[in-house]
Amino acid sequence: MTETFDNTIIEDIVVKLHKFAATQLPNDVSDALKTMYEQETKPTSKAALKTIVDNFTIADETSTPMCQDTGIHIYYVNIGENFPKVIGIEETLRKASVRATKEVPLRPNAVNPIVGGNSGDNTGNYIPFINYDFIPGVDYLEITVFPKGGGSENMCALGMLKPGQGINGIKKFVIDTIINAGGQPCPPGVVGVGIGGGADIALKLAKKQVMRPIGERHPDPEIAKLEEDLLKAINMTGIGAMGLGGDFSTALDVKIEYAHRHPASLPAAVAYQCWAARRSTARIYPDKRVEYLTHKEE
Amino acid sequence: MVEFHFTTPITKEDVQKVKIGDVIYISGTIFTARDEAHERALHLAEKGEKMPIDFEGLAVYHCGPVVRQVGDEWEIVAAGPTTSTRMDLFEDEFIKTFNVNVVIGKGGMGDRTAKAMKEYKAIYTAFVGGAAVVAAKGIKRVKEVHWLDLGTPECLWVLEVDKFGPLIVGIDSNGDSLFKNVALQAQENLGKIGEFLGITF
Ligand code: SF4
Repeated sequence: MTETFDNTIIEDIVVKLHKFAATQLPNDVSDALKTMYEQETKPTSKAALKTIVDNFTIADETSTPMCQDTGIHIYYVNIGENFPKVIGIEETLRKASVRATKEVPLRPNAVNPIVGGNSGDNTGNYIPFINYDFIPGVDYLEITVFPKGGGSENMCALGMLKPGQGINGIKKFVIDTIINAGGQPCPPGVVGVGIGGGADIALKLAKKQVMRPIGERHPDPEIAKLEEDLLKAINMTGIGAMGLGGDFSTALDVKIEYAHRHPASLPAAVAYQCWAARRSTARIYPDKRVEYLTHKEE
Repeated sequence: MVEFHFTTPITKEDVQKVKIGDVIYISGTIFTARDEAHERALHLAEKGEKMPIDFEGLAVYHCGPVVRQVGDEWEIVAAGPTTSTRMDLFEDEFIKTFNVNVVIGKGGMGDRTAKAMKEYKAIYTAFVGGAAVVAAKGIKRVKEVHWLDLGTPECLWVLEVDKFGPLIVGIDSNGDSLFKNVALQAQENLGKIGEFLGITF
């Protein structure tokens, strides 16, 4: 296939995805937060959940970013192997970040860690960060915009456990991480757990999990059971929404994925996503048709 | 859980009415201060200099807002709270020096601040992290801005507010801390969590 795809179309779509992500929670997240508000019995967490629901409702109605921290820009690009050739996708995504920062508007969140200074447009060294995957047998290009807040990111953790600690060691590591984080990552959020592979692989898997829809279970029944058990256990901590004490509102969901591990190591990673669990995805087809998977086009 | 509506100036008598877990709303004047504004205020006070506004009876808000300048006017775009524990370094002196009786932030504050709140009769209240749209709704206008040389997130924004909240009382004037209680409770809950997961902590 020698035909190349028109990048300006991609750029426009990605700017739109940024607007969706910043101002409108995906339905699975907003529904889960509303249900949690109904269920919670502790008045302090209930009051916080009410504020959260009011906040994302007004944000949606007024097309305003739901949180002042509009996150650092991360993209997931799934390239269907039968999609036409795209050239300069990285440049296109960087341009989209710059445009979205002005047009939505988004807070500039790219700071030079060595010499200081904010780039002012959400781009910099390795930022936006782009994850690429090839998908065999399909003809679409799927792009996910994943703006990641700093408060919740600061509570992510990696444990290089001893293989002997086994699955129980992982359970303990997850619970300890959540208790240590308390109200700081703006709970209730989604807890992603990555197991095995290696340090980077475990973290990468953990982070990817927080994008899975709330309520969806892992296809492997063992893992699905572990997800359910850990969710129940995390909510038993009583930390609650914003750490104010609650019986049902410490986490919206737990998602787990694993890779096979080296015989000598057992990496376990926890990624935390706050209540502002923002993501937006679009599929672009060779005939330029666009399908928004997480949001409705007005 | 009791709901209170306060109008500034908020007195020590007012704040002694509330307990941890209560909810308050504030109308009147509040001002923002993060690390640098706290430091500067205390430094100036030590030298006997006057503050640009009288802080007494106002509420201090741990917040670095996103602002927009329209002509001569400043507009608050988003104004969610920032993590309060960073201000543990200054808050005891701040409350004592300026008679600020209400602190607003997120995530709670430590023992040092709780002790000062008991001694000088002040309270810490938590605004929901990230809820920038609800926060901006309660802010009517920017009354004044000072110390702009610190940058717009760090400087001193004096804000006119109307029913600003809900603010959940996290530390009361007895020095009781909701966040500390929740953390202790979580430790206690480890027993039954361990039993449920079949592990020991
Ligand atoms: S942790 Fe999330 S909700 Fe809280 S301030 Fe950061 S981005 Fe916003």
